[in-house]
Parts: sequence; C-alpha cells; structure tokens
Amino acid sequence: MSELLQFLFSGLTVGAVYALVALGFTIIYNASDVVNFAQGEFVMLGGMLTVFTYAAGLPLPLAALIAVLVTAGVGVALNKLAIEPARGAPVVSLIIITIGASIFLRGGAQVLFGKQIHRFPSFSGDTPFRIGGATILPQSLWVFAGGIAIFIGLYLFFTRTLTGKAVLATSNNRLAAQLVGINTNWVMTLSFALSAGIGALAGVLITPITNTSYDVGIALALKGFAAAMLGGMGNPKGALAGGLLLGVIEAMTAGYLSSQYKDAAAFIVILLVLFIMPQGLFGAKQTERV
Amino acid sequence: MTIRSLMTTAAACAMLATPALADINIGASLAETGPAAFLGDPEAKTLRMEVEKINAAGGINGEKINLIIYDDGGDANKAKTFATRLVEDDEVVAVIGGTTTGPTMAMIPVFEDAEIPFISLAGAVEIVEPVNPWVFKTPHTDRMACEKIFADMKARGFTKIGMISGSDGFGKSMQGQCKGVAEASGVEIVADEVYGPQDADMTPQLTNIKGSGAEAILNSGMGQGPAVVTRNHTQLAIEAPLYESHGVASKQYIELSGAEAAEGVRLPAAALLVADQLADDNPQKPVVQGYRDAYEAETGEDVSTFGGHAYDALYILKAAIEKAGSTDPAAIRDAIEQTQGFVGTAGEVNYSPEDHLGLTLDAFEMLEIKNGEWTIVQ
Repeated sequence: MSELLQFLFSGLTVGAVYALVALGFTIIYNASDVVNFAQGEFVMLGGMLTVFTYAAGLPLPLAALIAVLVTAGVGVALNKLAIEPARGAPVVSLIIITIGASIFLRGGAQVLFGKQIHRFPSFSGDTPFRIGGATILPQSLWVFAGGIAIFIGLYLFFTRTLTGKAVLATSNNRLAAQLVGINTNWVMTLSFALSAGIGALAGVLITPITNTSYDVGIALALKGFAAAMLGGMGNPKGALAGGLLLGVIEAMTAGYLSSQYKDAAAFIVILLVLFIMPQGLFGAKQTERV
Repeated sequence: MTIRSLMTTAAACAMLATPALADINIGASLAETGPAAFLGDPEAKTLRMEVEKINAAGGINGEKINLIIYDDGGDANKAKTFATRLVEDDEVVAVIGGTTTGPTMAMIPVFEDAEIPFISLAGAVEIVEPVNPWVFKTPHTDRMACEKIFADMKARGFTKIGMISGSDGFGKSMQGQCKGVAEASGVEIVADEVYGPQDADMTPQLTNIKGSGAEAILNSGMGQGPAVVTRNHTQLAIEAPLYESHGVASKQYIELSGAEAAEGVRLPAAALLVADQLADDNPQKPVVQGYRDAYEAETGEDVSTFGGHAYDALYILKAAIEKAGSTDPAAIRDAIEQTQGFVGTAGEVNYSPEDHLGLTLDAFEMLEIKNGEWTIVQ
C-alpha cells in the first residue's frame, strides 16, 4: 500500500512538471494555432536566469521575478523578430520558425551560461512529508500549487476577460477579429509574453527538482507537448490533466512493470487516446467550414 | 612563434593554415560541443594549454608541436571524416581523441589503415580489447570502476546489490560491464532498474530496490540523473548505502545533490579530485596538483578528470616522441607501447604489447563524501 502511494506521489511530482510545461503551450496555440517548440527553452531560461541572478546575491523571489520578466521579454522579441515578419506564412512555417528559435536560444544559453548543470535550493527545504509510509518533497507541492494557480489564472483569463476572448477570437479568424476592432498584432505579442512568462515560472518552480542546464528544454518540451496533446491542445484543463496522467502512467509502469518500458508505456497510452479521441481528452471538437 | 601557434590553434576548427614543415603535427578530434561537451571541452582546453606550455619550453626534440583540433560534436560520422582529413590533409604523426566511445570506434579503422598511433580518451573497454597495435587509451574503463566498487561493497559485507542505471550511453555501458563482473566479484545483483537521463524523480525505481532486499545500491550514470537518485535515496530514507560511478566525480555532483543528501555516498575516482589529500610520498601528488593548479588558473573552472585524460595522452605521446627521437609514426607507436612507469593524472601507466590500457585497480581511489567534501576511504 505504501508502495502504491509512493508511486502515486512520484507520478504526481513528475506529472506536475509536465503539466506546467504543457500549460505554457496553451496561449500561443490559442492565439495562432502555432505549437511553440521554443517553449522548453523558455522553461530553461526561467531556471537558468534564476540560478545566475540568485548566485549573484539577489533573494530568490526577486531573482525569480527577474527571470520571468526577462524571459517574457525574450518571448516578445521572438514574436517581433521572427514570427511577425513571417506574417501570412502557413502555420507549419511558423512552427518551423519556433524550432529554429529553440536551437538559437539553446546555443545562446550555452555560450552565455556555459555547459554545466545548475540548481538552486528548494523553496521550503528538503525535509520530505511522510504520509502513509510514502514521502513527498515540499518542492513537489510548490510545483503542484504553481500548476493549479496557472491553470486557474488561464481559465479565468480565457473565459472572463475581454483580452482572453480577444486571443481566442484572433485564433478563430484573424480577419474577422481585426474587423471587430481587435489589435491582432498586440494579441500575438501578449500571447508570446504570457507563454514565455509561464514557461519561465515553470522553470523556476521545477529547477530544484529537475536541475537545469542549457539543454533541458528539449526533453521538457517533448514531454510537455505530449501531455498537452493527450489532454487536448489549447485547453488549460487538458494540459493539467494530460501532464498528471502522463506522470502517473510513467511512475506506475516504472513501479509495477519495468522501468525499461516507462517512456514506451506512456507514449503507447498517448497513441491509443489520440487514436480514439484525436482531439485529446478535453480538446474541443473542431468543425471545418468549407 | 607563440602567437602564430596560438592563432593556428584558434583557427583549427575553421580552416587550417599550412603547417610549417619542421613542426610536429599532432591531431585531435574531440567533442567540444554537443551532448558530450562537458567531457570534450576540458579536454580541448587542456591540450591547447599544455601544447602552448611545451612549445614555450622549446618543443619536443627542438621541434614545435602544431596541434590541430577538430570539433566532432560527439558524432561518429563527423569524427571519421575528420580522421581522414587529419591523415590526408594535415599529415599528422599521432592523434589524440575520440572523447566518447562511438567516435573513437569510428576513427580506429582510418588510423589503422594509415598506420598512425591513436590515443583515445573514451571509457569503453572495447577500444583496447582485443588489442589493436595502433590504438591506446588513457581513461579507466567502466569494468575497473565496477570491480573497484564491488570489492569495496564486499569488504563491508554487502553481497546483495541493487543497480539503478541511466539509459544513456555511459549508464548502459557501465550497467552491462557491472553485470558481467558481478559474479566474479562475488556479489549478486538482486534488482536492476533504469531511468531516463533527464528524469525528475526516481522514487519508484528506488522503492522497488528497497523492496528487493538489496544491501547496497549502485547507481551507474552521469550528468544530473545521479543527483536526483541521491536526493530520492535520502527522501525515501533507504538504509542500504549508495555508491555512485566515476561519472559523477566532480564537485558539481555534491552541489546538485546537496551536501546533506550526498553524505556517506561512495564512489571510485582518479586521484586528481583529492590531490591535496594524497600521501606526500605518493608519486602522483605533484603531477595532479600541478595540473589542477595550472588548469584552474588558466580557465577559472574546476578541474575534471576528463581534462586529465587529455593531459596524460599528450605527455605519454611527448615522452614517446622524445624516446623515439623521430617523428616517424611507426617509431612513435613502438615507443608508446614501451611506456613504463609513466605517472599521470589517472595513475601509473605501464603499456605492453598485450595491454594498451596500462592501468590497474590501484589507480582508482575509493572516496566517501563527508560534510560536502571528498575523503579517501582507507
């Protein structure tokens, strides 16, 4: 019984990390249908910038804030310098641009920060909580709380605010959105800033667990993307559920079957889900009007 | 002259200046970038630093070394292309490199055909077994690390071992070697778990190892995985002591794990890490202290055993060229093979026609982490 609980805690810890990354994909996707493959690099930047500003002597909350703001700035720059000039290009071209951007950011981080692995201390120490014979680290709860807070924020943003609705409108039909007076360029800039900021916040929260280095973005983005697809791309609820589910499947497979097949089992489940429900668990059914 | 050789070195990756005829052309293909960059980077820095030093002191037999380094990014195909270029365009007399096993194995046929001596900096035992007359290596092998760890476990009375390994090249290779020598070392592997090198949590694997009755746990892996394993080992309050591999032998590992979690962890490592703790009569002491101080002053980075492998290779080669008294590749090869009692950062090297590794288990020190510092286990 305590084993099951431990596997579950492990799955939720890892799943919360995936969910945080998956949440970052949501906004840009909602605004432009673009899957931003530089999202993992935003997470990396959040962690790395915090590591270096913290090492420079700033208190952790301030270091984290700076990291989030700088990364949001990088997101805006990415939109202004790479996405906007390619306006009118098909979505696939824009996705390829984000892949290029991710390679650029990774290379830049390698030159700027070096190739070493870094970490900063957990927010509330490393003494694990013991529940029913199993243990969970306080930092896991932080990641968990962060994921839920971002989820609620996004949910309110998309359903309760005019700006959030403007983002959705831009995604639905850019021309129509412009006609009703939405500044679509501004919406795109905002969505990149928010996505990058959320990515960076994810990086700040998970670095005490996962460590960080210039190249952590690839693996994180892959798992985050898989989680987002599983839950339904563009839906914050889907990102949260997809991430947690993916983490728990991995932990249960590692615990009860074999750690060799951990990743394979997770991806088989994703394939099966997408086979039956191509929109993901919570994705909206799309109807193409001809 | 120094400025010219510096510039040649700096430009080596892009385009090559035609080397002067009197220079000794020594080639290298290293992973300065890419996933193995944390190995290749200190190796390349070490070679540049030491070659400059040798040239400033008058070179070898009065001739300057012209060092040609290519960056293969750890890619076996690129390494093979560079190997051909080193032989045909750069006319090197000897080659150092192959940061990892893949590129090394890809380059071996090229140097064998061209009959150029080749000193690899990669770990796997396949490089020198079976012995290829033209191929040598300086680092310890995975198998030696396994034997050293198992011997220490047995000495402490642990015979049931739980293994947890990274699924990357290093972790897999060591996992295989350890399983191969377990029986001969008198230990039994009762659990065999793996994890992805970027995984964030290994508690399921460790929970299973805990339930398997393992008396000691061996983690074969490098990079950030072992730090997570170490933290999880503490989180689960597992009583079986944790052993790490030589792949984490840098200060970074203790920092990433946290000194508290790393307390009591043991690992085999080269003497370089504990240079100041070596006994004064240890012949390695001046060598490793000298290299460490020079490297840290030059680069501002902590010394790593990987750069030490390049240091050993270069000085074995230097001694061989001096002994051969010529720059004929065959003569250099013969002289390398006759290397006896060479004291390097990895230990005392004694090559022979049957042994192109030249190290014994004594070259490893068993270290234990106490209060965030390495200490030598007596």
